[in-house]
Amino acid sequence: MTMSQRVARLRQQSLDARPTISTERAELMTEFYRQDLGLVSAPVRRALAFQYLMEHKTICINDGELIVGEKGPAPKATPTYPELCCHSLEDLDILNSREKISFDVSPEARKVYEETIIPFWRGKTMRELIFQEMTEEWKAAYEAGIFTEFMEQRSPGHCVLDDKIYKKGFLDFKRDIQRSLDSLDYLNDPDAYDKQEELKAMDICADALIRFAERHAEKALELAQQEADPQRKRELERIAEVCSYVPAHAPRDLWEALQYYWFVHLGVTTELNPWDSFNPGRLDQHLYPFFNPPLSPPVGGMKGGEEGDHKGAPLPRQQAEELLQCFWIKFNNQPAPPKVGVTAAESSTYTDFAQINLGGLKEDGADGVNELTFLLLDVVEEMRLLQPSASIQVSKKSPDRFIKRAGRIIRTGFGQPSVFNADLVVQELVRQGKSLADARNGGTSGCVETGAFGKENNNLSGYFNMPKVLEITLHNGVDPRTGKKIGLETGDPTQFETFEQLFEAYRKQLHYFVDIKVRGNNVVERLYARYIPAPFLSLLIDDCIASGKDYHDGGARYDTTYIQGVGVGTMADALTALKYHVFDRKTLTMAELLAALGDDFVGYERTRQLLLNKTPKYGNDDDYADDVMVAVFDAYFDAIDGRPTTKGGTYRINLLPTTVHVYFGSVIGATPDGRRAANPLSEGISPVQGSDRRGPTAVVKSVAKMDHVRTGGTLLNQKFTPQLLGDDGGLDNLVHLIRTFFKLDGHHIQFNVVDAATLRAAQQNPEQYRDLIVRVAGYSDYFCDLGQVLQDEIIARTEHQAF
Amino acid sequence: MFRERRCIRCGTCQTVCAQGAISVVGDVVSTDREKCTLCGTCVEACYAEAREIVGREVTVAEVMAEIEQDIAFYDQSGGGVTLSGGEPLVQRDFLLALLRACQEKEIHTAVDTCGFATWETLDRLREHVDLFLYDLKLMDDARHPKFTGVSNETILRNLQRLSTLGHDIILRVPIIPGINDDEENIRRTGAFAAALPRLNQLNVLPYHHAGADKCSRLNRIYGLPETRPPSDERMFEIVQILQGFGLPIKIGG
Repeated sequence: MTMSQRVARLRQQSLDARPTISTERAELMTEFYRQDLGLVSAPVRRALAFQYLMEHKTICINDGELIVGEKGPAPKATPTYPELCCHSLEDLDILNSREKISFDVSPEARKVYEETIIPFWRGKTMRELIFQEMTEEWKAAYEAGIFTEFMEQRSPGHCVLDDKIYKKGFLDFKRDIQRSLDSLDYLNDPDAYDKQEELKAMDICADALIRFAERHAEKALELAQQEADPQRKRELERIAEVCSYVPAHAPRDLWEALQYYWFVHLGVTTELNPWDSFNPGRLDQHLYPFFNPPLSPPVGGMKGGEEGDHKGAPLPRQQAEELLQCFWIKFNNQPAPPKVGVTAAESSTYTDFAQINLGGLKEDGADGVNELTFLLLDVVEEMRLLQPSASIQVSKKSPDRFIKRAGRIIRTGFGQPSVFNADLVVQELVRQGKSLADARNGGTSGCVETGAFGKENNNLSGYFNMPKVLEITLHNGVDPRTGKKIGLETGDPTQFETFEQLFEAYRKQLHYFVDIKVRGNNVVERLYARYIPAPFLSLLIDDCIASGKDYHDGGARYDTTYIQGVGVGTMADALTALKYHVFDRKTLTMAELLAALGDDFVGYERTRQLLLNKTPKYGNDDDYADDVMVAVFDAYFDAIDGRPTTKGGTYRINLLPTTVHVYFGSVIGATPDGRRAANPLSEGISPVQGSDRRGPTAVVKSVAKMDHVRTGGTLLNQKFTPQLLGDDGGLDNLVHLIRTFFKLDGHHIQFNVVDAATLRAAQQNPEQYRDLIVRVAGYSDYFCDLGQVLQDEIIARTEHQAF
Repeated sequence: MFRERRCIRCGTCQTVCAQGAISVVGDVVSTDREKCTLCGTCVEACYAEAREIVGREVTVAEVMAEIEQDIAFYDQSGGGVTLSGGEPLVQRDFLLALLRACQEKEIHTAVDTCGFATWETLDRLREHVDLFLYDLKLMDDARHPKFTGVSNETILRNLQRLSTLGHDIILRVPIIPGINDDEENIRRTGAFAAALPRLNQLNVLPYHHAGADKCSRLNRIYGLPETRPPSDERMFEIVQILQGFGLPIKIGG
């Protein structure tokens, strides 16, 4: 595959565009809220606000584009969401000047904030309301770094679309909404009125998006009239046609399908700023019918014609490629909403995590890998962009060449695609109670999170710092960093006689903090449901229209709330060290160990070496350490899985860090695994960086001892040098490694293929390595955008030289 | 072996050595190898893992436990266990017991050997060996003893017999500049290999310098300090010559 000149230009424009703060959305939202609408229900108010945005925001059609529309007025012009989190002037200054993940804030923008936005929104934001409603215990735990709060700056998200927009237009959704309204039972259903309001709101939103598309059609025609180049003129006229047809109607061809999705994506991410933006999900499945003639030549003939369910006019392959490449660039133009404080540290990146799933299983259980899967892999490789991210969903039924094709991209060091076990994902969803069909149509989103696409609200509520809880246990409820008692008094650890006593104390402490987090979550859920519903997103996710309930209020067919556990590797090694040296071998007393930790090993180098080297470690297929890992996992699972949410849903666990292992590590002192104070924790479920010393096969064996199926996603990072995958034999080995890991029921694995020398060079000369993309957690990022601590941590991740 | 960069200069090794063989003076740690009895106490005591005795005693059961950990990978990839050395045939009885144990678990076995053993030894082992990785260093027997200490007559004869009996064999030919990379040796190697009744593959292994580091950890002098690895062009030439004999060649392996 090659890039056309157009695509090359658009791609370069995307790479060159500077992330800037656009105040347009904030200004429009402020204007809207200034209006006195009288008594308006919350959903209708939000719908009218959405309509106001869609009616007034700048329409952007970039030169040469085929798929049109930006979240802001221009590529990477990033809107803000003051109704959720109103940045202060100080925040804006930090955003403008900070070294990593900065956003240009023009003096005009700053002035708008100073004179208009801040004065209006202070005291009215969701963030302030959340902190107001949280208990003192919650605040103490939050400030200590025990957990983070995902909804303090962003709305509930992690949502993925299914195939509904390829079959239905918004006029069809409006008909569904009307049907639902007509069936409301005002005599017997006490919620009838609330549902009415929600459905009314959805209807307003549907109209708003249709209008938004029409405004693009109008603009395109305007540009066409002024266009001298006849080819571009035709294109603009076609764009106008497309934007008049979708999203009102179901798409007829690939161009309309892509544009339709894109409008929906902009709608979701303009209404609010949900985590992981939005996601077309199983794109190779959804777009397959739009290839006509079909991508695989029909048996016994050359003509495709109108056979089967293939749609639209014959589509030259080259044009299809170009459209897909243009589609890809659209994602790259949308940096994640600017974060500050803890939220910035936990997710320090521009990427907004739209993870496109390739392969997997069809609803009937057949292998989903098709020719479009391979074409999209070509697009991933050719475009080499930060966003969107892409994953391969590998099932037993997927052919080996699918994995090998992805391997050829992975070995270029791009960090994409990540690799998932499609069969296990189905099992995870079915365990959680999803139907088989919904499970097979699901996949993974964000970093590694499992979901029933189009049918589920699988929201992540915040990261949880297991090693911090251990530290507090070792100090009998006190946070040694501040001296404050924020936990339970579970006993003086020097008095524990057995490892079981220590672990029991940890479990109590864990439950205590999980209770605090869940109590907080249960309030945050209500705040969003009551004050900031999302009627536009709701009309896209089943069964909100049928139930008349908002996405934030249990309207989806399935509702799951996750608390993401962090630091499994560090926990396994720390507890193993305690078990091995303090309780089993009695090499050290608890007091001696705590003294060494308290002094950050200064004057205790021999002890530190003992802990680092003469101790069983997770990641080496050593049952001694791996059994401890399983105990840590089980404790976390027992504390969370199965609890009810306020939306009629259930709590589950997953294990991924994004970048929070750096922040979480920074609030913890030295740990019994030999880690120095403030250093990053282990990431995902990977072994502690540098502790896996027996090769990737041993890592896979260790990691597989966790029962992944009881999670909603786990994250394993492995780093290889380029030589390892340099030839066909290397790729074959990669396939074998992946297949074996998945045979052992692993959920996910991803590969960083860059040698340490290159990374160190990039640290020294970032300007020469601007395009260096590496795998961080469940996503890739520009190495030079990463903070130095994270850079060092990636370098330290064990680099395997041989299988 | 002593890994100088790991040493934290705590002096524990000196304290625990019953022979007084270790001295730590300032930054310099030295071991008197005449006094050292290889008791291993200092190795245990070194928490930084800077000291290592290469080699330890194990039972067949211990080795099998380690081998069996990776069965899932062998099943998937069609791989198995490779027994190497030093020279594994020197530990004939242990090797036999281990190979038998692997076969019982249907684990594929490969033995990496220079072939210098009695036929009787090889004959006893061969039914338990699925694949031989067999070294072929130098064809000229007038020079062979100078570099290996022994004649190559037995080595070549054993190879011939194994091949005639139908065993799977991969030949491994190290390419050491200035010693065996001359055209004559390459041609004679090619001719000999091509005349074998059966051969799976011939791997040419470019010389590398990694052994120098081990030598310094053992306080020994490295024998080829000036020798550089063969260039890519040279390797290509060598491969061309060997391919001319109709042999399946791979660089590395």
